[in-house]
Amino acid sequence: MLTKRIGGIVLEKQLAFKPDYVPDAKRKASYWRTARRNIKKHWQLHLLVIPPILFFLIFKYYPMLNAVLAFKDYNVIKGIWGSPWVGFKHFQLFFENPQFWTLVKNTIFLSGYLILAGFPIPIILALMINEIRAGRFKKFVQLVSFAPYFISTVVMVSIIMLFLAPRLGFANVALNYFGFESINFLGEPGMFRSIYVWSDIWQTAGYNAVIYLAALAGVDPTLYEAAKVDGASRFQKIRHVDLPGIVPTIVIILILNVGNVMALGFEKVYLLQNPLNLVNSEIIATYVYRIGLLNANYSFATAVGLFNSIINLVLLLTVNGLAKRLTKSSIW
Amino acid sequence: MAAIATSKRRIKESAGDRIFLGFIYVILTLLVIIVLYPLIYIISSSISSPAAVTSGRVWLWPVDLSFRGFEELFRRGEVITGYLNSIFYTTAGTLISVTLTIMIAYPLSRRSFFGRNALMMFITFTMIFSGGLIPTYMVVKGLDLIDTRWALLIPNAIWVWQVIIARSFFQTSIPEELLEASEIDGCSDLRFIWSVVLPLSKPIIAVLVLMYAVGQWNAYFDALIYLKSADLFPLQLILRSIIIQNNSGSNMDAIAMVEKQQLAELLKYSLIVVATLPVLIIYPFVQRYFVQGMLVGSVKG
Repeated sequence: MLTKRIGGIVLEKQLAFKPDYVPDAKRKASYWRTARRNIKKHWQLHLLVIPPILFFLIFKYYPMLNAVLAFKDYNVIKGIWGSPWVGFKHFQLFFENPQFWTLVKNTIFLSGYLILAGFPIPIILALMINEIRAGRFKKFVQLVSFAPYFISTVVMVSIIMLFLAPRLGFANVALNYFGFESINFLGEPGMFRSIYVWSDIWQTAGYNAVIYLAALAGVDPTLYEAAKVDGASRFQKIRHVDLPGIVPTIVIILILNVGNVMALGFEKVYLLQNPLNLVNSEIIATYVYRIGLLNANYSFATAVGLFNSIINLVLLLTVNGLAKRLTKSSIW
Repeated sequence: MAAIATSKRRIKESAGDRIFLGFIYVILTLLVIIVLYPLIYIISSSISSPAAVTSGRVWLWPVDLSFRGFEELFRRGEVITGYLNSIFYTTAGTLISVTLTIMIAYPLSRRSFFGRNALMMFITFTMIFSGGLIPTYMVVKGLDLIDTRWALLIPNAIWVWQVIIARSFFQTSIPEELLEASEIDGCSDLRFIWSVVLPLSKPIIAVLVLMYAVGQWNAYFDALIYLKSADLFPLQLILRSIIIQNNSGSNMDAIAMVEKQQLAELLKYSLIVVATLPVLIIYPFVQRYFVQGMLVGSVKG
């Protein structure tokens, strides 16, 4: 943000569209005058943003209005707005539902596991890649580790299923080869979370490392010089220069991760689900899909989804606020 | 900078440091193997004989080279349809998405654009809060888009993250002087975008095209909820019905003795290869654009 000093007062320049700083009384009027002049002069730009704005209004904001469905009993004939209000009935039904705690627990456990295991690995990977000499091997490591990111969820789950298939899958063939019994991996509820998390790390660690690599490239080179003069070993250099240098990035990524605990992706969980592992694999997002779209219980599913969105928003704001206070890094 | 630093370091590298570095090389090599192995295994299986695949004889390289899986694949109408549909969705979807993204990202990058901050908040808010699955479904339904091709092209056309990336690129890479000069020459904004901004923005357009194209090619969720007619299904949905649905948790392959079932098993590997290859083949050539795109985003993100 630009700042401008007028009469000894520093003004934060919030709207940067014309640096017209005049005494307070006239400011508002002049603001709108500039605005009007600006729109008139750049009408083409304003015309250009209309279709994208319509897109956001129709497909992002209108659904937020539609979420009032959660407080109504949806009736197909009467439509969303004509249906009768029922207050918090659906929320209450959800909280009293015996499945409620299972769903919340499954969502949080899966997300938590994913963060605990999946968050440090890209950082370590980036630190390691950063250590090796620039050259073919370095390029190759980056190329290969990044590649699985482009595999679609459907293909990823297909690969998991082929590898872990009860009889013919690679994992069981290998187990049998070494004299162990076969395991029906996907049928074991206890294995579901590990399968989900580790396949996710396999797929995204290289991609996530790129952000840290960029941050590492931005660390002040004089710090390395100083470390060398002090006779720091490679490990000490990582510990005292590299890591502190990327802490702001780490914090921001952590905020985004924790803030999205409840917004766990539907796609992969849904595809990995089967009746045997459902005890651990039914999360809020898949439940909403099942109840809402498959059973056409629109109002109830909307309430569940809304509950999820709100918890998520609150989490994100809390974590962001905490991070701001503790480390001075935040996403806004 | 890094090159200078390492060459200096190499002169007086201590024994401990050399062991540490050696350790890193070993771990990274192991990681490369862990990532590559499943991919090679799948490709090898897809071009092995059905019997070799089902008896677990494929470990790394193809056994009894055969292309029966692919032959069988292209005999199946639904796979061809899915492939053609996916090509259509990817092309049309990317075109729409990239156009809309630039239409909003460029004005947002202009300092003098009135309402810039408000508009930015308007779109970033949709990143942290959403109406949810059902309310969005109702909107799509209300517009009569259910079970039409539009349902896959429009409702998720703009990704906010892409707008942010494109905007920071425009902000940092289009010199202000060019704009001033063109304004003096009486050049309109649209004309400026067309003949100055777009030609200067090839790297970011490449990033947008690639991200959206890969996203479209790999998507299945929208198709799952919005489409009902099989002749509109993209490849990913076909893949799901052939590989995943016929596999989930059941022990049906206990009787996979019959040749037909061996072929069915092989077909899965071939399908994975066919669905992923287009992306993985172009990937090494475009990787640097992806990395660039992420860097641009992270600088100002």
